Amino acid sequence: MKSTGRTGLLVGGLVVCLLLAGVVSNFASGSPDGLEHAAQQGCTVDAAGEIVDGSCMAQREREHDLAGGLFAGYRIRGVDNQWLATGLSGVAGVMVTLLVGGGLFWLLRRRRPAGTGPPAAGPARE
Amino acid sequence: MDGLALHIADGVIGTPVAAGFAALAVGVMAVCLARGRADLDDRLAPMAGLVAAFVFAAQMLNFPVLPGVSGHLVGGALAAMLVGPWVAVLCVSVVLVVQALVFADGGLTALGLNITNLALVSTAAAYLVIVVLLRVLPRTLTGLQVTAFVASVVSVVVAALAFVGQYWIGGGVELTAGLGEVLGTIAGVHVLIGIGEGLITAVTVVTVARVRPDLVYVLRGSRLAGAARPVPATRGGAA
Repeated sequence: MKSTGRTGLLVGGLVVCLLLAGVVSNFASGSPDGLEHAAQQGCTVDAAGEIVDGSCMAQREREHDLAGGLFAGYRIRGVDNQWLATGLSGVAGVMVTLLVGGGLFWLLRRRRPAGTGPPAAGPARE
Repeated sequence: MDGLALHIADGVIGTPVAAGFAALAVGVMAVCLARGRADLDDRLAPMAGLVAAFVFAAQMLNFPVLPGVSGHLVGGALAAMLVGPWVAVLCVSVVLVVQALVFADGGLTALGLNITNLALVSTAAAYLVIVVLLRVLPRTLTGLQVTAFVASVVSVVVAALAFVGQYWIGGGVELTAGLGEVLGTIAGVHVLIGIGEGLITAVTVVTVARVRPDLVYVLRGSRLAGAARPVPATRGGAA
């Protein structure tokens, strides 16, 4: 009797990640998160999100240095459809994270002493 | 999704303090790379890549916690349970670096601050809770579930308090509301975010433990009652 293989779990997990980042992300709350909310405490913020009065943690916040980047803000420059932009940037983020993280961990891993076990199967099986 | 997503932006904490935490973050990563290597084998390495990808995906999913306030998973507790503390810090750090560089989420100069809070502090707090609770609670799926939940709540609140500490050291603006009052807000909101994180973590960890308990790092070297099917000596026996 074979239980779920490791490869099955990894592939299934990746599919879940892609669905979460590519589809479910469009249903995420757009409200400021806990930190952002607290960072504005003490300030009066207008409808556009600009601080108009008071002093608070967010006051000296600068625009991100890479705010003009292709995927800045989980959008895609040049893609006007928000669903598409959020979903595709989510999918791109999952893949980049998987490649960078998985690649790093695969390179770092302890190898078996030479001559034991099966030969290394090349780059990470993703 | 214009939010800062629990990540500190540039300019909020003064440059010297941000630089100090950047140095701390580099040191922490070096230690985790060295210690994590001992854990990373052919089995854990792909799992760790997947955990990083999952944390990235989950961090896009802001859920409402109060009217007009949201939160999302941090992932330190989840990663600590699945891949162990050293690799967990690296997983969350990779996510933070990708977010800052590719998605302009979390300031570049604040990267050390964010790695300290969201990767190091959240994972360390979670792992301490995990070690204690797994020793105290019964070795069952329920015990694992409770551990995942409590570790998540504690880790998120402690990580948020670490930010308040950083602001206390290096925040540039005298607050109208006062740091104490803001601390109260941050703690309260992050208890709620932690509860959300706890539910997500518990479901995820228990799902993996049901399918492949051997891939849950914190269960290594121990049998989990009720998770792994007993050796099928008799087909169709009592489950």
